[in-house]
Amino acid sequence: MENLLEFIKQYKKNRAAVVGFIVVVLLLLTAIFAPIVAPYSPNIQNLADRLIPPMWDAKGVSSHILGTDDFGRDLFSRIIFGSRISLMVGAISVGVSLSFGLIMGIVAAYFGGKTDLFIMRIVDIMLSIPAILLAIVIVSILGPSLFSAMTAIGIVGIPTYARIVRSSVLAEREKEYVIASRINGSSNFRLMFVVILPNCASPIIVQATMGFASAVLEAAGLSFLGLGAQPPTPEWGAMLSDSLQFITTAPWMIFYPGLAIFLTVLSFNLMGDGLMDVLDPKLKDK
Amino acid sequence: MFSYIVKRLLWTIPTLFGVTLLVFSMVHLTPGDPAAAILGDKANKQSIADLRAQMGLDKPLYEQYFIYIKNLSHGDFGKSANSNEEVMSEFKDRFPATVELSMVAMFFAVFLGIGAGIISAVKRYSIFDYGSMFGALAGVSMPVFWLGLVLIYFFSVKLGWLPVSGRLGYEFDIDHITGFYLIDSLLAKDYEAFWDALKHLILPAIALGTIPMAIIARMTRSSMIEVMKEEYIKTARAKGCSRFQVIFIHALRNAMMPVVTIIGLMLGSLFAGAILTETTFSWPGIGKWLVNAVYQRDFPVIQSTTLIIAIIFIIVNFIVDLLYAFINPKIRLG
Repeated sequence: MENLLEFIKQYKKNRAAVVGFIVVVLLLLTAIFAPIVAPYSPNIQNLADRLIPPMWDAKGVSSHILGTDDFGRDLFSRIIFGSRISLMVGAISVGVSLSFGLIMGIVAAYFGGKTDLFIMRIVDIMLSIPAILLAIVIVSILGPSLFSAMTAIGIVGIPTYARIVRSSVLAEREKEYVIASRINGSSNFRLMFVVILPNCASPIIVQATMGFASAVLEAAGLSFLGLGAQPPTPEWGAMLSDSLQFITTAPWMIFYPGLAIFLTVLSFNLMGDGLMDVLDPKLKDK
Repeated sequence: MFSYIVKRLLWTIPTLFGVTLLVFSMVHLTPGDPAAAILGDKANKQSIADLRAQMGLDKPLYEQYFIYIKNLSHGDFGKSANSNEEVMSEFKDRFPATVELSMVAMFFAVFLGIGAGIISAVKRYSIFDYGSMFGALAGVSMPVFWLGLVLIYFFSVKLGWLPVSGRLGYEFDIDHITGFYLIDSLLAKDYEAFWDALKHLILPAIALGTIPMAIIARMTRSSMIEVMKEEYIKTARAKGCSRFQVIFIHALRNAMMPVVTIIGLMLGSLFAGAILTETTFSWPGIGKWLVNAVYQRDFPVIQSTTLIIAIIFIIVNFIVDLLYAFINPKIRLG
């Protein structure tokens, strides 16, 4: 409890990180209560109301706060429902990266030798292909869909987590508490996941927060390329892709979904920055 | 140094092997028959069988891989399933466009990133420092394709200052000597074409360069702050060096090492980042070509593009590592 209070005290010192945290909480609430917050269903079309500008525009109407798209769908409602997809993509992708990266990193560092060499070679090979390119390769194998995009982003993130976990475990492996536990007869499994892992949590938490931000960004990028979420899913990147031809006639269709991506990613990055300050200040300058 | 180069070079062999294996496996990992996937739903059994034979899919897997590597070693990257053109020749046509865009983006990123980083470090905790560091974090969080669209809206649609898409206006016709329009137009002494090519480059380069710029700014700032604490900086000050000399001659040179490394590492990923930018600006480079290949399930193009970008990435990383080892003896001796 004392630790938690100390953590909050330290975290609060970084005001930008506090703002990031608040926006993330708001985003979570929006996603959970999307059907209540959103005035319309995200996919209901009303061709009579197509391409209405935002309410502050002279031609805007108060019933459509951010205006409508080319199918007469309410943009505000679609953006709100889009938060569900973005958060889901972030959570699942980070979950995939983290679980595989964690096991690979911990096994490599703990057993060392040829196991380490073999695992880290795989990691190096994955890192030798730029992330978005590898994601595109995976999507082209699985076929374009939101599921493919999440899987691809998850796989692409594995090497980063593997490296971070490996270096943290390497630093902990030879410490006295680990040796003491080994002498007490702890199994390898117990030593790895119960004794060592909790002491490596800080850099992993920081990376997971930052990784969440990049997963949201990459998923939006894939959907923008038409390789992720498919219409009519209210995914922010896909919404941008659909609005390309309306850049001159309905620019609001471009501004707001992009702004939603930007604010979400920025908030997670601010939060990650704040967590880094508190949990892992050494990382900050790297 | 020689033994380090050999050791480092040997390390690239399993990586290259792994990349070729991954790229080769792509076709086989795809659910269903790749030949049927390429030909679409309306293809008959005979045409599928013909394509399978043409692609060598009827041979055992190890033999297919062996043939694949043999062909690669001869520079044979296969033919596009869509256009039936040699992949390498299509790649060569498009590659200069991507390199030109990436280079201009990098120039923009390095110039502004290092500048902002230095000022932030020197004027630490000032409004400029807070502003530029927040800007850097915002830059990292920016979806490049959205930034591209917003830039198009303001500078092309609203103000009409810069073109919306493409590399050169239709009214210009220049000889493709290098494939880099800025250089080709200068070689042809067609300054109007040069100006037009430059105008076409500005918006995509800003969009593509924003993330690297943000990373370089952050890196320069933290590196400069570290260096400014060093004893030799105090000595330089005590000797009576001017502020300019201390910052640009004593501190900046030493602070640049990690920055140069990160710039080198980002060069490779810029080619990949160009995929999104090229789609936004209809830039006729390899990124847009690759995305189209994914839509059309043109596996030879996807495989070759991935392989070539990965090889470039590996070579760039190798050179950066060597440079780093050359500058920092701790690496090569350690």
